[in-house]
Amino acid sequence: MTKIAVIDYKAGNAPSVMHAVSRLKHEAVFARAPEDISGATHIILPGVGSAGATMQSLGEMGMIPALEEAVLRGKTPFLGICVGLQVLFDHSDEDDVDCLGWLGGRVVKFDGSKVRVPQMGWNQVKFTQKAHVNTQEDYFYFVNSYHAKPEDESVVWGRADYNGAFTAAVHKDNIYATQFHAEKSGEAGLALLNGFLNLKGGA
Amino acid sequence: MLTKRLIACFDIVNGMVTKAVRFQDNIRVAPAGELANTMYEEQIDELIFYDITASAEKRSIDIKTVKDVAGRVFIPFTVGGGLKDLDDMYEALKAGAEKVSVDSMAVRNPQIIADGAKAFGSQCVVLSTQVKRTAGMPSGYEVYIDGARTATGMDAVEWIKRGQDLGAGEVCLNSIDNDGTLGGYDIELMKLAGSAVSLPLIASGGAGKPEHLKTVFTETETQAAIISSMLYSPRMERNYPVRELKEYLAENGVNVRPMREG
Repeated sequence: MTKIAVIDYKAGNAPSVMHAVSRLKHEAVFARAPEDISGATHIILPGVGSAGATMQSLGEMGMIPALEEAVLRGKTPFLGICVGLQVLFDHSDEDDVDCLGWLGGRVVKFDGSKVRVPQMGWNQVKFTQKAHVNTQEDYFYFVNSYHAKPEDESVVWGRADYNGAFTAAVHKDNIYATQFHAEKSGEAGLALLNGFLNLKGGA
Repeated sequence: MLTKRLIACFDIVNGMVTKAVRFQDNIRVAPAGELANTMYEEQIDELIFYDITASAEKRSIDIKTVKDVAGRVFIPFTVGGGLKDLDDMYEALKAGAEKVSVDSMAVRNPQIIADGAKAFGSQCVVLSTQVKRTAGMPSGYEVYIDGARTATGMDAVEWIKRGQDLGAGEVCLNSIDNDGTLGGYDIELMKLAGSAVSLPLIASGGAGKPEHLKTVFTETETQAAIISSMLYSPRMERNYPVRELKEYLAENGVNVRPMREG
């Protein structure tokens, strides 16, 4: 029996993720307090808005220790989306905020003198790592002004090009995250999401 | 590489997609959910939904229809019409919209742009504006509001620069002169806007042939183009499937998201 928890905070787009999960014939619950993720087999952290606001919301909800327990120790499959990828790193230049630090590295801004910022639209992602979630080169929808620079290149799952290559997805153990909005990337995004939801659950 | 986007635009009245010419004379096309399904299956890149009578009727956006559409399309979905404060925006986002579009309300209360950007992130706030060629304006274009009925005396280029400073994440320019004419986008307007702001730009108003898309994408920095008549207006001699438009653009050197087969 799966229990999919979608973390819901005011600035996030949890409803869009819910719509996509329903389309894939899975059921999920909104997690708004730490107890909502206890017993979850899969955890999704959607994200729009800024790194600072997201970290603040997670802190106010008291969600961080519960997430670390479930994901880092319990090895529950975790999917971060957009800002949900960025907050996994040590630090984000957006709002100059310390983040979760599950992955080493920083989140930096695109060079606005070279390209339009935010990057908004469909970009081609090349996957560079095999993961239990199957993927193939495809187009996904991005909305981001910032992107992650992992210390350890081996966590890079996929790359895309916007004034040079940038990190489009990361994967390490049970942690998956996409800079693009998988829930808004048409059938390519739904396929990726489905692969994640079909991972053998934790908890 | 980032691709150019084709956006289907729905003007909604009572849950129905309608089609107007120069903001008037709306005819009904199809129920919003039904047309949303079709557009998604055709692999349109994005969807924009305007509740065009909300402001005039002094009510907020039609949440029921927003929800219905959001549950059917898994592509970016922007909604606008009648959003006057953060609560209205939040309701629309909660219903499953990705971005909110502000237009007349933002002219009346520019702070709504800053408030929305702060609460939900800049990427969430689209500044949409209706503009008309007007002699005497510094840029040659004036901002109109309320379904293109009311002139504001504001210069269009100055307004979008201000919108960028206030925190908008994207700008949509609707040419009142070209809307519904099927004669092509206002290229001069998009060039002016492209050098005035660094945000992603959406062109709207005037598309009638695939060539118009090619022109706006190759001659200006426009990143996304709104099409509606070409896709579904019964007034057109023929409609264009998304596939045909994308294949045409790709053949003409425009980088678009290719059709996903199977």
